Amino acid sequence: MIRSEILREIAPILHDQLVVCNIGLPSQELHMIDDNAKNFYMLGTMGLSSSIGFGLALAQDKIVISIDGDGSVLTNLGTLPTIANNVADNYILMIIDNGSYGSTGDQPTYAGKKTKLENVAAACGCESVVTVQDVDAGKALQAAIDSKKMTIIVVKCESGNIKLPVITMDPVVIRDRFMKAVAS
Amino acid sequence: MSIDKKIVDDLVANDVSFITTVPCKQLAGVIDEVDARPEIFHIPSNKEDEGMGLCAGAWMGGKRPAIIMQNTAIGVTINTLATLTQYYRMPLPMLISYRGELREPVACQVEMAVHTKALLNQMNIPTYHFHKESDADELDAILKYTFMCNKPVAILTDASFWGGYGDQ
Ligand SMILES: [Mg+2]
Repeated sequence: MIRSEILREIAPILHDQLVVCNIGLPSQELHMIDDNAKNFYMLGTMGLSSSIGFGLALAQDKIVISIDGDGSVLTNLGTLPTIANNVADNYILMIIDNGSYGSTGDQPTYAGKKTKLENVAAACGCESVVTVQDVDAGKALQAAIDSKKMTIIVVKCESGNIKLPVITMDPVVIRDRFMKAVAS
Repeated sequence: MSIDKKIVDDLVANDVSFITTVPCKQLAGVIDEVDARPEIFHIPSNKEDEGMGLCAGAWMGGKRPAIIMQNTAIGVTINTLATLTQYYRMPLPMLISYRGELREPVACQVEMAVHTKALLNQMNIPTYHFHKESDADELDAILKYTFMCNKPVAILTDASFWGGYGDQ
C-alpha cells in the first residue's frame, strides 16, 4: 500500500479524533478523503507535525493523533526525546514510513536505509512503540486509541503518490475551525 | 523582588501556562523560576523550532504559551515563524537572551547579535529591547499586546539588563 491508501483505510478511525497532519501530500490526501474541522493541515514548516500535535495533547484532554512521515521525523529528530520525557497518554504519533521524501519526488530517506525510526524512538525513551505493515495500520491505530497510553506507531509501506490539488483553504480558517473543534 | 521572579510573575498574571525553553546562562534564573511555578507547565525543547511547534499546539489547545531562548535561535526559526506562527496567526511571546551586546565576553555571539534586530525587523516582528532593569516594567503590557494581536513578539534582554557577566 502507499500512504494515500493507508489514509483512506484509517480515515473512519481518524474522523472522530483531533488530527495534526504533516505538510504536503499527506495533508492534501487527508483533505480530499475526509475534510473536517478536527483536521489541522500543515501548509508549511516541515518536521513540526509531531511537535504541534504533542503541544496540543499536553494542553487539553482529548486524544490527538499526529500523522507524520519518516522524512519529516528525521527533520525534527529532537522531537522524540521531548515526547518520551513528557508522557501524554492522549497522544499518538503515527509515522507513515515509506522510506522516501514523498512530497518532493520520492528521494530516499535514511529511514529507508539503515536507520530504523522505531529503534530511534525506543532509544529516546518512548515506552510504547509499535511497528506494523501498511495493512495493519488501522488495527494498530485503534489499539493505540483503546490503550489510553501514549503510542508511537511506525507504519511501513511503499513509496508512491497520487495526483491531487494543493489545499487552498486560508491557514487562519483551518486554524480557527480546528480550535473550535478542539474546544467543543 | 528579583528580576527573575518579576518576569515570571508577569507571565503568570497574564495566564501564560505553557513555556518551552532552550537554555542560556543569562536566562538560567528565569528558567529555574518557570520550572518552580505550579501554574506553568515547563517543557524544555531540543531546538527552538520544535519549541515553537509545541507552543502552536498548546495555544490551539487553549493554553497561552511562551518561548524562552537565545537570539541565535532567530537564525534557526525564521521559517517556523513565517509559515506557522505568522501564517496561522498565532500569539507567541519570545523572551530572548540578547547575546553579543555590550559586556559580551564571547566574540562569536556578536556575529548573530548584529543580525538579530535586522531579521526581526524584516519579519515584521514587534521587538522590545530591555537594557535597564526598569525596562521590564513594560513586560505586562507587552504580553497583553501579544495576545491581543496574535503575533510573535520579541523581547530582547541584553547583558546590561541582567547585570553583566560577573567575573567572566
Ligand atoms: Mg516518507
